[in-house]
Amino acid sequence: MTSPTTSISERRPLDPIDVPARPRPTRRPGRKVLAPLLAVVVLLAVWQGVVATGWRPDYLLPGPVTVLAELGHLVTLPEFWAAMARTLSRALTGFALAIVIGTAIGLATAGSALLRASIGSLITGLQTMPSVVWFPLAILLLGLGEGAIMLVVVLGAAPSIANGVLLGVDQLPPSYFRLGRVLGAQGWTLYRHIVIPGALPAYVSGLNQGWAFAWRSLMAGELLVVIPGTAALGNRLAFAQEFADAPGLMAYMLVILIIGMIADQIFSAWSRYLRRTRGLTQA
Amino acid sequence: MTLTSSPPAPAVERGRVRLKGVGKVFGSGSQAVTVLQDTDLDVRPGEFVAIVGGSGCGKSTLLTMVAGLEKPTSGTIETGGKVALMFQEATLLPWLTATQNVELALRLQGVDKAERRDRARHLLQRVRLGRYVDLRPHELSGGMRQRVALARVLAQDAAVVCMDEPLGALDALTRDQMHDLIEDVWLEARFTALFVTHNVREAVRLADRAILMGGRPGRIIHAEENTMARPRVMDSAPVAAAAAGLTQRLKDEVASHDESDYFDI
Ligand SMILES: Nc1ncnc2c1ncn2[C@@H]1O[C@H](COP(=O)(O)OP(=O)(O)OP(=O)(O)O)[C@@H](O)[C@H]1O
Ligand SMILES: [Mg+2]
Repeated sequence: MTSPTTSISERRPLDPIDVPARPRPTRRPGRKVLAPLLAVVVLLAVWQGVVATGWRPDYLLPGPVTVLAELGHLVTLPEFWAAMARTLSRALTGFALAIVIGTAIGLATAGSALLRASIGSLITGLQTMPSVVWFPLAILLLGLGEGAIMLVVVLGAAPSIANGVLLGVDQLPPSYFRLGRVLGAQGWTLYRHIVIPGALPAYVSGLNQGWAFAWRSLMAGELLVVIPGTAALGNRLAFAQEFADAPGLMAYMLVILIIGMIADQIFSAWSRYLRRTRGLTQA
Repeated sequence: MTLTSSPPAPAVERGRVRLKGVGKVFGSGSQAVTVLQDTDLDVRPGEFVAIVGGSGCGKSTLLTMVAGLEKPTSGTIETGGKVALMFQEATLLPWLTATQNVELALRLQGVDKAERRDRARHLLQRVRLGRYVDLRPHELSGGMRQRVALARVLAQDAAVVCMDEPLGALDALTRDQMHDLIEDVWLEARFTALFVTHNVREAVRLADRAILMGGRPGRIIHAEENTMARPRVMDSAPVAAAAAGLTQRLKDEVASHDESDYFDI
């Protein structure tokens, strides 16, 4: 028997074949930004094409140049920014509430077989229901006000978020739980160190979807629920239609589209980051 | 420091593993399958025991019970001190770097933050991964991942280390290097090692004692002490000869069951 202090390095080097399995992926940052920009260019071109056919008169269907000029004018108006601020604060408040509620419900459901059996399918069911359907009831219960809008935004977004948590936990390999037990992680510690981080990619997808539903519900709400003395992007859209202000209407539509795209970019970037650091992507 | 997977008051000294009449039945009624029957085993503190046997003879089940993840249906298992378990797959958490994976084991034992990082780095250097401490699992080769898993097992500072075919997925060259490494850290830390393998030569290369298991139901059919000087060379004549003897015993066992494709060598 050799002495217990014999070191590996005295025998044989380990390193020559220690080439990492895959080199660090090279990143092409330009592509992820350029692709959506290209989409915008295509959209503008199609739009201009339709206008050019003369299908509808200019004052009903203005071209991109007119609308962009209108948008350029809008952004100089304080009312525009007030409407934007109100809409964004509603969106963020509603989304934040939905995150808290959806995450809590998701974690509770994932952790309890009883809850799982009883409300698991309800969550999925709610997710398929168009949230606009809630408005009449919300208005009946809470009146035409912020409360009704918030309720519908939360009802729209929370099921997707809860579902993201459930999917994330379900997809965890059983070996993670065995590892947790071997390392002595139980209860909250197991959740904190293994379950929650492991479920994160699916959770972020749930957040992304939840945001999309929150944004849609909010726009529907702002078209339906007009609170006197307050302006929001959705209300502005409705006003523009009533006053047959096509350039204004389309300028607001553009703003709503852009906000949606920015949010989507943020979530996609987060997803990509998670997938890349976990080796779930090739490039 | 907290003890997690060990009984409250170990009835045996640190590092000892004692199985008495251990049996394991999965399922019940007509579905019941006896996976392990009447198994006795006494492992000395610091001993390196290899468990060899065909697929499905209950090796993993045995190890899982020693690690406390499953309860035996009958008999008793006593372990002196904490038991760590290393799997065939490295089972690293993909969102953590190599260092953080090792740190997690320390953290769950309540080692404080200041000390954790240094100890994790030190252990990774010990398994010769000093240059890769900040890489994530998918950026490491299979052998490197298994070395991170080894560093994590060392971080647990367990009295007994169970390894369930930890090298099964590695190529021959990488496996040879892992043999050296495992032997080194074992000589250094002096834990008790329970090492499951399909590979008879690997058992001869590493173990003080090779335990052969037979199947249907799983049980120990033979135990052989190995006093050859270390380090042993996998391809050397004495190792090959000892392995041939053990292989013959396993073949005889298989023949008695008349199931020719039951064991792969
Ligand atoms: N949870 C379980 N429920 C029912 N049967 C099980 C369970 N776990 C294992 N078995 C059965 O027990 C037997 C032994 O399984 P085990 O995994 O211990 O074998 P093994 O010796 O480790 O095999 P291998 O070398 O292929 O890993 C197998 O026939 C398997 O089907
Ligand atoms: Mg096995």
